[in-house]
Amino acid sequence: MASGVKPRVKVPKKAAAGDVVTIKTLISHKMESGQRKGDDGALIPRSIINRFTADFNGQNVIDVTIEPAVSTNPYFQFEALVPEAGEFKFTWYDDDGSVYETAKKIAIG
Amino acid sequence: MKAIKLLVSTACFMGMAASTHAEEPATLSIEGQAFTIQASAPAHTENLDEVTSGWIYRTKETRALQLDDFDNPGFVFVDKAIDLWNEVDGSEDKSCASCHENVEDFAGLRTTLPRAEDGELVTMEDLVNECRTEQMGAEPWKYSGGKMTGMTALIGLQSRGMLMNVAIDGEAAAFWEKGKELYYTRVGQLDMSCSNCHEDNYDTMIRADHLSQGQTNGFPTYRLKNAKLNSTHARFKGCMKNIRAQPYKVGGDEFKSLELYIASRGQGLSVETPSVRN
Amino acid sequence: MDLTRRQALALGSATLAIASLSGLPAFASLTDEAITALTGGADVTEGGIDLIAPEIAENGNTVPVEVSAPGAVEIALFAAGNPTPAVATFKFGPLAGSRSGSTRIRLAKTQQVVAIAKMEDGSFRKTSATVKVTIGGCGG
Repeated sequence: MASGVKPRVKVPKKAAAGDVVTIKTLISHKMESGQRKGDDGALIPRSIINRFTADFNGQNVIDVTIEPAVSTNPYFQFEALVPEAGEFKFTWYDDDGSVYETAKKIAIG
Repeated sequence: MKAIKLLVSTACFMGMAASTHAEEPATLSIEGQAFTIQASAPAHTENLDEVTSGWIYRTKETRALQLDDFDNPGFVFVDKAIDLWNEVDGSEDKSCASCHENVEDFAGLRTTLPRAEDGELVTMEDLVNECRTEQMGAEPWKYSGGKMTGMTALIGLQSRGMLMNVAIDGEAAAFWEKGKELYYTRVGQLDMSCSNCHEDNYDTMIRADHLSQGQTNGFPTYRLKNAKLNSTHARFKGCMKNIRAQPYKVGGDEFKSLELYIASRGQGLSVETPSVRN
Repeated sequence: MDLTRRQALALGSATLAIASLSGLPAFASLTDEAITALTGGADVTEGGIDLIAPEIAENGNTVPVEVSAPGAVEIALFAAGNPTPAVATFKFGPLAGSRSGSTRIRLAKTQQVVAIAKMEDGSFRKTSATVKVTIGGCGG
């Protein structure tokens, strides 16, 4: 696991059934592009988050393929349809095989 | 390649253009809280009429990143610092939280630092490391390292919105005078002082960059340039490298005095920690 | 590599000459290739897709962009002036609240950002925006 990786997500606490809500996500990650050279002149190997997914109660909201051109601490904002109460699950996939997950519940009301 | 770099940077400093105004007059409000980003200059800042936050010199996209604590990437480092706050470290089996129940209790601290204490000028970094070594029996953190800068951002955040108000009299006076002298002393191959850019030429373009007054009320600040929180001393060091000067020591007496003097030039501006800059 | 200033200048102007002879920015073809890989060579029409990006980015390291294309199943972003043009692809699932997304991207220099949407009917839409990336000064 890359060091110091920490996800943050912002999801409304509640919504009406059928509402569209805005979700913001950010994960701390250096997103080493593989294009940079270190002090010794050698290329620093690529090490990025290459995929991000958001699901709600097991159904997909968005699935993002990520390339090294996405900035350090990758940020995504998108909208989700909330048909019922439940839980959002957010997953980030690291080049090194690590998977970072976080979840947020949303109530109907 | 060094020669080329020097040519480019010399051109950069020759390229200060005529005054361009900051984008439309702006008010800064974060999560419903209003910030003072323009104020009458304090009496001791005799060459300025008004003091202004660096936020107003940024483009609207950069400004926008500071308007919402989720959009502000600096907060990911604040979150990490909250974890550190609760993490036991050192021989005494203590965390920050063992002695300081609520980090909120530090509201106001940021506005008064650095401060003189027993003949020394004390910064927030000094206070944190004193706790670590004296109370926790832990190793001190690197003065401008990631952990330290995250922690000073977390503690500084508790004063967000409060007005900068460092003491410059009494025991602090000698440090303040030293900082003032450094501010106006030309150094480096380009023979420039802090004042050349941040007093004589703020609100002008230095090539593609819009010069600010170099205020420190938003520090530590998240910079787009390096995608992390930056301490005041790290920024001073960056400025000195830009003018091809040998930087003073991060955490050393010169930078501490300069930190006090520059903080005093921002008296009356709100703490914006952690701000977002380019 | 230790170059003298003179050598570096000579090298620079030679590169410039080659670039201007070829007539097209060297990286445009890479982007075209990437787009063709996505579309399979199908026609791509303008319109029906929005891309919001700053005219001037204060730092190329973190440039906020937003794409939106009602009816899209996926939207791919390309930075035509980067060493590799692919940036990100948003694929929308059954619970997507809109066919839009925002992120922050790296741009190596002033360039065109291109967005391609694959629509529900299998057609493709395209739009682009030029972002000036500022360098120099002390902020850069």
